[in-house]
Amino acid sequence: MSVIPIRSSSSVRCTVNGRPVALEVRPEALLLDVLRDRLELKGARRSCDMQVCGACTVLVDGAPVSACTYLAVEVDGREVTTVEGLADGDRLHPLQEAFIDHGAVQCGFCTAGMLLTAKALLAEDPSPTSERVAEYLRGSLCRCTGYRKILDAILACATPKVAAG
Amino acid sequence: MTGHPGVFRIVGQSVRRTDALEKVTGRARYLSDMELPGMAHARLLRSPYAHARLLRVDVGAAREVPGVYAVLAASDLTFCDPFYGPALRDRPLLATEVVRYEGEPVVAVAAVDEATAAEALDLVEVEYEELPAVTTLEEALAPGAPVVHTGEPLAGHFSDLSSLRAKPGTNICHQFDYTRGDVAAALTGAHLVLEDTYTFPRVQHYSMEPHGALAQWDDEGGLAVWAATQNPFSVRSELAKMFALNASRIRIAVPLLGGGFGGKTYAKLEPLAAALARVARRPVRLLASVEDAFRTVRRCSARVRLTLALHRDGRIAALACEADFDIGAYADIAPRVIQKGTYTTTGPYRVPHVKLHSNAVYTNTTPGGAFRGFGVPQLVWGVESMMDVAADRLGRDPVDLRRQNLLAHGEEFAPGDTPVDGKLEESLGRLAEAIQWSTAAAPGRAKGIAAMMKASVAPSVSEAIVRLHADGSANVLVSTVEMGQGARTVMAQIAAEVLALPLDRIRVVPPDTSITPYDQTSSSSRSTTMVGRAVQEAAQDVVDQLRKIAAEMLSEPAARLTVLDGAVVSDEHRLAYPDLLDHHFGMRGGELIGRGVVAPGRTKAALGGSTPFWEVAMGGAEITLDEETGAIAIESYASVSDVGRCINPQQCEAQDEGAVMQGLGHTLLEEMVYEGGQLLNADLAGYRVPRAGDLPPHLETLFVENGDGAGPFGAKGVGEGGLIPVSPAVGNALARLTGVRMRELPMTPERVWRALRARTRPTTNP
Repeated sequence: MSVIPIRSSSSVRCTVNGRPVALEVRPEALLLDVLRDRLELKGARRSCDMQVCGACTVLVDGAPVSACTYLAVEVDGREVTTVEGLADGDRLHPLQEAFIDHGAVQCGFCTAGMLLTAKALLAEDPSPTSERVAEYLRGSLCRCTGYRKILDAILACATPKVAAG
Repeated sequence: MTGHPGVFRIVGQSVRRTDALEKVTGRARYLSDMELPGMAHARLLRSPYAHARLLRVDVGAAREVPGVYAVLAASDLTFCDPFYGPALRDRPLLATEVVRYEGEPVVAVAAVDEATAAEALDLVEVEYEELPAVTTLEEALAPGAPVVHTGEPLAGHFSDLSSLRAKPGTNICHQFDYTRGDVAAALTGAHLVLEDTYTFPRVQHYSMEPHGALAQWDDEGGLAVWAATQNPFSVRSELAKMFALNASRIRIAVPLLGGGFGGKTYAKLEPLAAALARVARRPVRLLASVEDAFRTVRRCSARVRLTLALHRDGRIAALACEADFDIGAYADIAPRVIQKGTYTTTGPYRVPHVKLHSNAVYTNTTPGGAFRGFGVPQLVWGVESMMDVAADRLGRDPVDLRRQNLLAHGEEFAPGDTPVDGKLEESLGRLAEAIQWSTAAAPGRAKGIAAMMKASVAPSVSEAIVRLHADGSANVLVSTVEMGQGARTVMAQIAAEVLALPLDRIRVVPPDTSITPYDQTSSSSRSTTMVGRAVQEAAQDVVDQLRKIAAEMLSEPAARLTVLDGAVVSDEHRLAYPDLLDHHFGMRGGELIGRGVVAPGRTKAALGGSTPFWEVAMGGAEITLDEETGAIAIESYASVSDVGRCINPQQCEAQDEGAVMQGLGHTLLEEMVYEGGQLLNADLAGYRVPRAGDLPPHLETLFVENGDGAGPFGAKGVGEGGLIPVSPAVGNALARLTGVRMRELPMTPERVWRALRARTRPTTNP
């Protein structure tokens, strides 16, 4: 009978918002806790804690993941983007501008996850329909806005579809 | 978007939220982001039983765990008065002798980290003797039912609730009665008398940020609590009583809230965090999970029996109501919820004969409390459904029948209370137009409407301080909690308007009871009206001081001076604020302080105070139905609110869009389900809130703006109203589409499907 040794910690090397990060993390450490408590990136938030609400959504290699249920060790060798990495210095990302202009921000608890989910959607489909946006946001809850202004903000950042010639 | 160019500079403009930038960049800070040096993390052990006697609570092993700083059970709470509650102090910090609902806190631990706290809780041994539980109104009101509370609870801290009328030996915690005219005689003389019963479910606020508190005692015995609360002053009152402290020794500071919706009114976790911090001798942060929130507070469910009588010509003759509200295991603010909700059963209509009775009924479930709408949605669901039944029976158009019965502007709602302050007909007309009521719905579609009128809390008090600094910038000190509704932006707009300063020179200080002045609560749609008026007064106070200083400098009468672009101006002169202050103080320093107080006081109205304004909202839905599954789809929804004037039109829209979608939740999706005393769906996997895909393809929010509100610049409250008509509007549309009348919420596919199946059997007119 062989005993599998449980390592008390693992090395993780990744980039977070474009900067290299090297950390020792416990194997059960969640990405959300590492971001919030170790890297002081508080933008991703804990709400449902079960991958339903999207308040903790961050991008790993461009894909939206729920950091509340994502192991930190899994980001080894990958790129993590949080809401803190969206703006270019003082220049806001167009989605951030659009969320402000359209009044898509109320309590703000869902905002980081919404922005990153929207970024992933527009990378995948630069000209989504309203239905497509709503469908893509199925894992991103908001209890304040009623979603109308969030959809408007995202659609305002879509590339207009060029009529087929 | 509505603007008022030429009249106001900043009021009426959809300026950017002052907190938007920090929120889109992730820099906004909430309670869960706050840490103090040496801070401990708390966790709670909750009862697995709905009702049980605590035979033994052994925390010995938990105390031995390294890194544990405090372990508390009820018997350890000798250093404070362990009971709290705004209406009745019926709630112990930790279950004492008995547990009264599944999820009630029994043991609290503070430790070096959450994992250690959890480890300690695993070592706590509790022996329960299960008792028979009551988890429904039927069970709780049955003769000989197990009684949730056997002792005499202590009065809470609200004068309007000092005369709580419990029925000893039963589960009735409070009763409310209101009578006007002679209902019995009116029923005899009426042409049509309708009687029916409607029920409203237990629903959960699900503010995305659950409850939380961070408490710290100082070396001199003072207490500071950072709390995710909608009313820091009420929390202060509770803590002052529990820990025998002067109000001046307590500081309640409130960061940004991740939503509230009423669920963060009154003390929730703050007393436990304070007790733990006292024993741990270090700061303690207690953060609830979403599962905990489901076991902290919910909306009071209700069963409402209504009798609606009309004359042949359509005039309402009488309305009688017998309502039972399930308020769960502890009273919280539910006695006021049932009073206020029941009091406005007649809504926006002229009803000469009224007889209302409601009971607040304890059950062994999560305590019921405040939730957007505060008792009104439970009543409006039934009344507005029955208005459509009445229209059908009388052969009348539902819009027309409502219009005939609307109260007029200035008409008395009830003796001693505030007369109607809006033009209700205008709201109804705008709604009918928005949903194209006069145009028949396409095949397979139907429309329905509903209306509501709601009182705000009274009496109540709001105070404001405006400080104009030597550089001509200003701080606004108010205790309005920013929970997403945009109050901080609106207060800044009001101050900027009066002070004639650009918005970026105004900074609204976050609530802190040791710094910002008294405000009763950020709820009841009251902040713009009450706090807004206090800010307007305080800013005007500063302006008056500025004009007086300028008058002395210029030897001109103050009456000839006005403020413009950060200066006092006359026909010939312009004196910038910094120069005025420099002259006044003889140096570049000092500040002008303005004060505003809004305190309408007690009146002879039935609830002890006259509502500061009437919140008026109407809604219209157009739906389709999948008859195979019973699934309702809302294709189009229009919401009309009479807000007097929009201070920030975009934020008004945002309030009502959010309100409609939250209303859509309890209309179609949401219900906390209990079985055998156990809450089965205390998480977001089992409890389904509206998602983006549930947004109606067309959602329109409209505002009636006659500048006739009691708030600043003729504004009044918004925020709750839009939620309330949703259920009856959808139910009425369903009845028009199918002939099926739903009396139970949410209208899930299964319930609708069953009702459709039952329709084929002979039934009475829906």
